[in-house]
Amino acid sequence: METQAFAEKGLRSALSTHTRPPRSSPLSASLIFWWRAMLKIKHIPEQMFDVTASPIMFLLMFTYLFGGALAGSTGEYLQFVLPGILVMTVAFITIYTGLGINSDIKKGIFDRFRSLPIWQPAFLVGALLGDTVRYTIASVVVVVLGLIMGFRPDGGAVGVLLSVLLLLVFSFSLSWVWIALGLVMRTPESLMAVSMIILFPLTFVSNVFVSPETMPVWLEALVDVNPITYLVTAIRGLMFDTTVAKEIGWVLLTCALLVTVFSPLTMYLYRKKR
Amino acid sequence: MKRHSALAIESHELVKHFGKVRAVDGINLAVPTGGVYGFLGPNGAGKTTTIRMLATLLRPDSGTARVFGHEIVREANAVRSRVSLTGQFASVDEDLTGTENLVLLARLLGYSRSQARARAIELLEAFDLVDAARRQVKTYSGGMRRRIDIAASIIVTPDLLFLDEPTSELDPYSRNQVWDIVRTLVTEGTTVLLTTQHLEEADQLADRIAVIDHGRIVAEGTSGELKASVGSGTLHIRLRNPDHRPQAEQLLTLNLGVPVFLKSDPAELSAHISEPERVTDLLSELSRSDIPVISFSFGQPSLDEVFLTLTGHHATADENKGAV
Repeated sequence: METQAFAEKGLRSALSTHTRPPRSSPLSASLIFWWRAMLKIKHIPEQMFDVTASPIMFLLMFTYLFGGALAGSTGEYLQFVLPGILVMTVAFITIYTGLGINSDIKKGIFDRFRSLPIWQPAFLVGALLGDTVRYTIASVVVVVLGLIMGFRPDGGAVGVLLSVLLLLVFSFSLSWVWIALGLVMRTPESLMAVSMIILFPLTFVSNVFVSPETMPVWLEALVDVNPITYLVTAIRGLMFDTTVAKEIGWVLLTCALLVTVFSPLTMYLYRKKR
Repeated sequence: MKRHSALAIESHELVKHFGKVRAVDGINLAVPTGGVYGFLGPNGAGKTTTIRMLATLLRPDSGTARVFGHEIVREANAVRSRVSLTGQFASVDEDLTGTENLVLLARLLGYSRSQARARAIELLEAFDLVDAARRQVKTYSGGMRRRIDIAASIIVTPDLLFLDEPTSELDPYSRNQVWDIVRTLVTEGTTVLLTTQHLEEADQLADRIAVIDHGRIVAEGTSGELKASVGSGTLHIRLRNPDHRPQAEQLLTLNLGVPVFLKSDPAELSAHISEPERVTDLLSELSRSDIPVISFSFGQPSLDEVFLTLTGHHATADENKGAV
């Protein structure tokens, strides 16, 4: 019989290897999941649309639509708004981390990973590392387009690199929130809706587009406690070489807070999942 | 709790609720090491929930279970290093190619880059998937998908493999391939626990069968034992002339004292018999009455009849859709 032959062929020898390799370390397991994220980009390149097209669209739109009205000239507004757009686009992309986890859960692959004898958080850490690549690409797109449009940061290359680094740390921390939500929400659609409700006010009620001095007092107070405001101020400072040590401190504190609250919560939800 | 080293799985009163539904309602198992153990039951009987608990994916609400002596909640990682699960739905990444999936899992299990590659190639060859190795799994046919699923489960040959409905929705050829794989696995020393809705599959593969219905085991044993528990067997008679059937029916009822079933074929009759020795009398009785018989068989009841007797309903998915 043909099927018999197929079974006899290599199966027996393939099964005779009973030796189990040493358990993978937490770091290597995380890096292997990162590799999976890279393979996903390779196979589904259209998922990179959001990290390339949306930053371009935002930067062009806001600079040329509002620049003249808000800052007198588009060139001047670009210097002000680019750090803000950078933060906003990357902050929005962090949602996709949660979406990715949410859609993985629905598939059998999630059970497969969870039934492996590996360091369990590696699945999440690897996904986050993969998304950090996406955040970096988006940042590069914004900065390069900005430079072409006439963005001239006084802080130079070092200032820009440091600000992107700070943004990556913040995005990595913020992603834990969406992962936690991704584990709780039933559908990607509801997750998307909830994260938009959180992110829109968070990014708009800030100093991304305009200086808060022009706002009503109560709104200005709100803007002043928004972590995005600190982040944007810190990044503007780094890019234009002004002192922003205090703001950087607040940003890092926010990051530490996000990670200490949401990573254990996420792990708890992950282990408890069904 | 006592440890039985010879048992692959032992569980005591496992319970799992989903909301108000008691999906698993007190399952007690003693699955021996080696061979195939079958969970037979309709959709929604609690088969999948039970193996998900045993594979450490789901925490039981109450009760305990040990896999090779390791407690499934407290020693989850020890359990995970001995077992592997092939779920009902594709348990590989459909966006990745066959090779990438196997390399990914092999790397996670601790193989080096080159070892992982070699293992992936070896498995792809063994499972007749070399031609599809560089294609995304989403382009695979049902049978290929099932094979890559199983291949992914045995990168490190597990001591215990859970197969959740491994042949559902497969064509007969692919089904036979999967059966061959299961049999080969067993000869190489892996214990297989498979769930199925198909009596034929349980009959073909399983050394022991647990019949599960509404979250409980309603019967357990070898397929022979299960059949015997229902009655000695079933008599099938086919007459030369359909006109003789009313007369034959009367004779059978008189001689056997049991209800006689008229088949859709107008020349056929059947009856469940508890006293096999009466069958010979019946034959001579029929010939004395000049009722020619074409075929006459007396055999064990089918597992479907077993299921019907034990649970009061058929084991087919359709009939139970409302009962889930």
